[in-house]
Amino acid sequence: MTTVAEAPTTTASAGGHRRKQQLTDRDKQERRLGLRLVAPAVIVMLAVTVYPICYSIWLSIQRYNLRFPDDRKYVWFSNYGRILSSAHFWQVMSNTFIIVVISVVIELILGMALALFMHRATFGRNVVRTAILLPYGIITVVSAFAFQFAVSPSIGGFWHLTSPPLNNHSTSLFVIILTEVWKTTPFMSLLLLAGLATVPNDYVEAAKVDGANAWQRLIRVIVPNMRAAILVAVLFRTLDAVRIFDTVFIQTRGANNTATLSQLGYNQLISQLNLGLGSAVSVLLFLIVIFVAVVFVKGFKTDLGQVRGER
Amino acid sequence: MRPVDLPSRATNHSRRRRAAYRRYGGVAIAGVMVAPLLAACGQGGASTQNGVPVVNWYIGAQAGGWIENAISTCNAQNKGKFIIKERELPARATDQREQIVRRLAANDASVDLVGMDVIWTAEFANAGWLYPFPEAGRAKVSDGVLKGPLESGTYQGKLYAAPFTSNTQLLWYRKDKTSAPGKDFTWGQMVDQAVAKHLKVQIQGAQAESLTVTFNTLLESAGGTFVNDAGKGANASIGLAQAPTVAALAALKKLASSSAADPELNTANEDSSRAAFEKGGSLYEINYPFIYPSAAAVPGLQENLGWARYPEVIAGKPSRPPLGGFNIGISSHSKRKALDVQAATCIVQPSNQLFAAEKGGNPPTLSALYDKIDKKIYPFASVMRESINDAAPRPVSPAYNDLSLAVQETLVPLASINPPKTAKDLRSLAKQALKSEAVL
Repeated sequence: MTTVAEAPTTTASAGGHRRKQQLTDRDKQERRLGLRLVAPAVIVMLAVTVYPICYSIWLSIQRYNLRFPDDRKYVWFSNYGRILSSAHFWQVMSNTFIIVVISVVIELILGMALALFMHRATFGRNVVRTAILLPYGIITVVSAFAFQFAVSPSIGGFWHLTSPPLNNHSTSLFVIILTEVWKTTPFMSLLLLAGLATVPNDYVEAAKVDGANAWQRLIRVIVPNMRAAILVAVLFRTLDAVRIFDTVFIQTRGANNTATLSQLGYNQLISQLNLGLGSAVSVLLFLIVIFVAVVFVKGFKTDLGQVRGER
Repeated sequence: MRPVDLPSRATNHSRRRRAAYRRYGGVAIAGVMVAPLLAACGQGGASTQNGVPVVNWYIGAQAGGWIENAISTCNAQNKGKFIIKERELPARATDQREQIVRRLAANDASVDLVGMDVIWTAEFANAGWLYPFPEAGRAKVSDGVLKGPLESGTYQGKLYAAPFTSNTQLLWYRKDKTSAPGKDFTWGQMVDQAVAKHLKVQIQGAQAESLTVTFNTLLESAGGTFVNDAGKGANASIGLAQAPTVAALAALKKLASSSAADPELNTANEDSSRAAFEKGGSLYEINYPFIYPSAAAVPGLQENLGWARYPEVIAGKPSRPPLGGFNIGISSHSKRKALDVQAATCIVQPSNQLFAAEKGGNPPTLSALYDKIDKKIYPFASVMRESINDAAPRPVSPAYNDLSLAVQETLVPLASINPPKTAKDLRSLAKQALKSEAVL
């Protein structure tokens, strides 16, 4: 330690000779202190995320069902083979895919419109923003019930003439998507509003002077300048939508073949106690989520660090 | 002088910091490791109240107060010996199973008695979660019990659950709109009559257990079986012979694709069928007897409500009605099994069964009680007893839950059933389900 103190330093920061020498040492100390400060968080993260992920990968290569405790063995990838070759899994995949694509597209368009509206609102700004954000403050389970009741012929007021929507496959998916859109568009518009605020007004003014109309200003100036915000909004929503569970669980419980991936995992793990097969479903869901995230980040070619919005 | 002094101070600091880190870091790690253990310990087990042992009875919420009646009767009869406490599970059978199964699989010692749906016996017994009734006490809970209910509590020759209540479905009809179904009344006739009169037939078509109930009943009535030697567990074999399976599926399809099908058939459960029948516009309903007391609330309905045995699938072949009900099992993790046996024996005593029948609408498992039941409340007691006695229990297989899901997965939506093809699909999915290897 003392030898370090004697060593000359070239650090540009001002201060006396003594301070300069001491800084390198302090740098090291602070780095070490920094590591120690994050250590508890890292340990907790390892305990609550990395460990369960590794554990479920380990479970997914076994035949392990709590209902058949004596019949436990390693089956390597046959759980995955069984899942990928099952018609039910692909039905579930297509349901999830339909819900994700349609709901995210609608939410993006609607969310953008609402964000522009909130951005431009000249009077009653707070009231407008609160009104738009209200659905997001409602618990998913509650909004799922609300829509379920609304479309039920015996309780709700709609669909008296035709057959009840939660009675068949496509209309059930429609109700699920409607619920999702109603519930999470505000989240989307909130993130987009944050992005809108970062677009310099000079650009928009300059485009106006150059004779660009409103549509051109939106597409050529505003949207490209808020690409990072759009990425975050769409990425977060997509990852969220891929894992959709509560709305479907409440409204159909997977009836009429409307189950989603998360629900398949739930059924296998919680209801059948089939830890092997259920973990394999969870691992597949995890891989899909990673795949989506990578595709988005690479596809948008944006530094995610620019915009950090937490849900 | 000072330059030499400073680093040593820093070293002092870092030593102190390191010590602090070690202390708090250690606490953090310990906290993370121990938290789940503490949570697990919170469950406890073998509790007492004023020095008297408590027997925890987990059972789904039931209307009619018959659980509470059984508990207060037994607690009064066994003052000082034990206290039975109700631990309520959700009202829906699927939710009940999900919750109790998690406790049992986690070796929860606080579970003493389990109020079990008749279809859980094989699954729970095979998993080692149930303590079989000892030979000595077996007669007390099995003498005089109807055949079907007794079978439902038995797995591989051992009695794992004391039969408490039973249940079956009857064919209900509107006396003001049709005459009483004659001998050998078939499913086909039922649908044809309703279509001719532009009225509905209410059955349960929701993608849920009630659909498996209907399918298994039709299959057995057509002379088929779902699982051969179900007691052999994973070594059993799937029945589902082509002819009876196609007959059962054709019956379902006939109703679902006719004008007699309710528009909400695909989501109809027992209670929504009841509500739809009470609304009017229906000729027949297949349902449990709880609909009879409920019909009293609708002006003019109860006096026009007739009942008969489940319709036949093949004319001349007596139907095999479904079998429902609750049995009382003893958890193998319980710390006081001798007391649990006494408590279960007390719960299923005749007076409690009679109360459950008259106040809760749950038919008894003891044959003799059908003569004692108040005929004003239970005018259909004799057809109930006959139905329960001839009932076809759902497969007593450890993989029953998987088998049931395989049925629900394959048959929905009912109107799209293509009997020969659906039968083939069901057979192949059921084979995987029997080994609990199906993705469902």
